[in-house]
Amino acid sequence: MLAAFLASLVECVEALTVVLAVGVTRGWRSALTGCATGLLLLLLLVLLLGHALARIPLHGFQLVVGALLLLFGMRWLRKAVLRAAGVLALHDEDAIYRHEMLALGGQAGALAGLDKLAFAVTFKSTMLEGIEVVFIVLAIGAGHADLLWPASLGALAALLVVAALGVVLHRPLARVPENTLKFAVGVLLCAFGTFWAGEGMGYAWPGADRAIPVLACAFLAVAALCVACCRRMAREVAR
Amino acid sequence: MSWLRKLLAELWGLFVDDGRYALAIVVWLLLAWLALPLLDLGGGWNALVFAAGLLAILAESVLRRARR
Repeated sequence: MLAAFLASLVECVEALTVVLAVGVTRGWRSALTGCATGLLLLLLLVLLLGHALARIPLHGFQLVVGALLLLFGMRWLRKAVLRAAGVLALHDEDAIYRHEMLALGGQAGALAGLDKLAFAVTFKSTMLEGIEVVFIVLAIGAGHADLLWPASLGALAALLVVAALGVVLHRPLARVPENTLKFAVGVLLCAFGTFWAGEGMGYAWPGADRAIPVLACAFLAVAALCVACCRRMAREVAR
Repeated sequence: MSWLRKLLAELWGLFVDDGRYALAIVVWLLLAWLALPLLDLGGGWNALVFAAGLLAILAESVLRRARR
C-alpha cells in the first residue's frame, strides 16, 4: 500500500502541477472540468477494461500527449518571453477578448463557455498520469491478487492528499502577476511535454522523473536569457 | 461548412501561432524520434540532445521575432 501511495503521489503531483498552472492562468472552470472529465473517463476505462488497460501502448500515448503539450507550451512560453521583453504588448489577449466581445455584440454566453485549451491540457495530463497510476496499481497487484486492493487504496489516498494540496495552493497562486504566471506555465508545459515526448520515443532520462525539474530550470534559464537579449536588442535599436 | 472551417481554424490556433516555429518543433520531434536513435549515442544522451534542440528552437524563434 505504501509503495502504491508513494509512486502514485509522484504521478498525482505531476498532474496537479499542470492543473494548478492552467487553472490560475486560464480559469478554474475549464481546468477543473478537463481534470474531472479525465478522471471520470479513466474510472470508466478501469471499470470496463480492468486488467486489459495494461496492454495500452504507454509509449505511444506519452509521445502523442508530449508532442501536443510541447506545441501548446512552446507557443505559450515564446509569447510570454516576448511580452516580458516588451516585444509584444503585455495585455494583448485582454484587448483581443474585449474586441471580440464588442464584435459579437456582447454575446457573453457564447464566450463564457469552456476554454478549449485549458480543458484539453488538463484532460490529457490527468489521463496520462492517471493511466500511469493504473499501471502502478496493476503492476503491484500483478504479483499477488491480495495486493490489488491495498495498492488501489494507496493510489486513492495519494489522489486525496494531492487534491487537498491543490485546494490549499490555489489561492496564493492567484496573487502572482498574470504574465509571470503565464511564463511559469509555459516553462512547466515545456518541461512536461519534453519529458513525456522523450519517454514516448523510448529515451531514458537521466534521473528518471527527477529530470522534470531540471528540464524546467533549463527552459527557465533559456527563456530568461532570451528576455535579456531581446531587451538589449531593443535598447540598441533605440539608440 | 463554415462551422467546420471555424472549428478547424480554432484547433489550428491552439497549436500554431508562428507557422515556422510550430513546423520546427514538429520536424525536430520527428527527427528526434526517427533519426536520433540511429546515431547510437547511448545512455541518456538522446534525451539530452532532444531537449537541447527544443531549447535552441525556442531561442531562435524569440530572437528572430525580436529582430523584426
